[in-house]
Amino acid sequence: MSTARQSTSFKFRGGSFHALVVKPETPINGWLADVDALLSRSPGFFAGKPVVIDVSDLSLTKHSFLALLDELSKREIRILGVEGADPTCVDARVPFLARGRAETSETAAAPATSSPAPTQTSSLLIDVPVRSGQLIIYPEGDVTIVGSVASGAEIVAAGSIHVYGTLRGRVLAGAYGNQNARIFCRRLEAELMAIDGHYIVADEIDDRLRKAPIQAWLDGDELKITTMH
Amino acid sequence: MAQVVVVTSGKGGVGKTTSTAALGAALAREGERVVVIDFDVGLRNLDLVMGAERRVVFDLIHVVQGTARLSQALIRDKRIDTLFLLAASQTRDKDALTDDGVERVIRELRPSYDWIICDSPAGIERGALLAMRYADIAVVVTNPEVSSVRDSDRIIGLLDSTTQKAKTGELMEKHLLLTRYDPVRAGRGEMLSIDDVLDILCIPLLGIIPESKEILHASNVGAPVTLNNPTSAPARAYNDAARRLQGEVVPLVVPSDKNTLFNKLLGRRAA
Repeated sequence: MSTARQSTSFKFRGGSFHALVVKPETPINGWLADVDALLSRSPGFFAGKPVVIDVSDLSLTKHSFLALLDELSKREIRILGVEGADPTCVDARVPFLARGRAETSETAAAPATSSPAPTQTSSLLIDVPVRSGQLIIYPEGDVTIVGSVASGAEIVAAGSIHVYGTLRGRVLAGAYGNQNARIFCRRLEAELMAIDGHYIVADEIDDRLRKAPIQAWLDGDELKITTMH
Repeated sequence: MAQVVVVTSGKGGVGKTTSTAALGAALAREGERVVVIDFDVGLRNLDLVMGAERRVVFDLIHVVQGTARLSQALIRDKRIDTLFLLAASQTRDKDALTDDGVERVIRELRPSYDWIICDSPAGIERGALLAMRYADIAVVVTNPEVSSVRDSDRIIGLLDSTTQKAKTGELMEKHLLLTRYDPVRAGRGEMLSIDDVLDILCIPLLGIIPESKEILHASNVGAPVTLNNPTSAPARAYNDAARRLQGEVVPLVVPSDKNTLFNKLLGRRAA
């Protein structure tokens, strides 16, 4: 059994944050009156909260869109980004968010107080080879691949990553902050492996570990790899 | 009803057009009704390899945009009367191809042919995606070297995600055609082995086409290699591949440098 020690100079990780998604309704003036009524009841409702504004159901011109933003900023509602807008309406003031967030519905009457930690009970099973260029992101837990992960493919998981085949691509385990995540594969030819932001690239992997069945885990800030026969 | 085959690879220069012409001609020689379509709009080559470049009046773009009928644009081969070519436009680019137009061309061709073979352009952009979109079967052309293999792997991912078959939840039938296989270099370990390629791509092998100057000869005289010299090693490999496409079980022969007459006479390996 051989072990490789690695040190890395900086960390990176995927992050997901909770934001309040506000969906204005027409007529806008009536909706703004409702917002004012809400603020008069609880003045701190939007205080310190990141807000995403969803305008997908509105057909706004650039002018009316910017007017809406002004109205919101007057009420000290801080806009993190805009969703569902015509890209031509959006200028540098507000980042444009692509569609694709997971729908979780929170009503204004009961805003979430804290975001629950992702549970580690769920897992994703993929029983076909993962091809070059494919990106699999699983923020809920472990990912198991029955097959190989090709050069140029990428797996990002909140939990551990298991590859019952040759690992040639990039895998990022514990990518949402989990030091206990591990990476397992039947044959190591990876381009990059990372656990909780601590990564190792192919060049840094000990030759004795190449093409071997391995597991990788985090020991403090060090990504360690051992063979498993 | 025709089977729609896309000949694709991701990487350029691996032999898509040569393979389209050779497979199309091999199938047509067995009496199948075949149309080969060049999707490489702006960089058309299939007409040259088929020897029809001086007879192109209307092309795929004219048909897609409705300025010509299919019957006006289809060019019948001079050697085999069940083989037809739909050429690409050289003066336009891939943006002239529309999804609706390609769908209509394929739908109109399907009832009257046994095989529709789409010659994909290199890359993963519009032309390549539209060439594969309405296919039933994919022939993934790959050279035994790492960049070609990785690009093919990318293409297989797209075949399983962007095609009409993928959208309706069906699985696209995929075959690997290993081209430019050089037995001498393989013997020296200078190329990826067949096993390595199959291990990475995980799709069944349709055939192994040896590197051969016969291919260049055939292109230069404007004839598919399966017509120009049907007994040559690459032509026999393409003929076998065409029979496997038709569902026949044909034993696979791995090209070997020991089989050439020259080496048999000398009784030793070529240097």
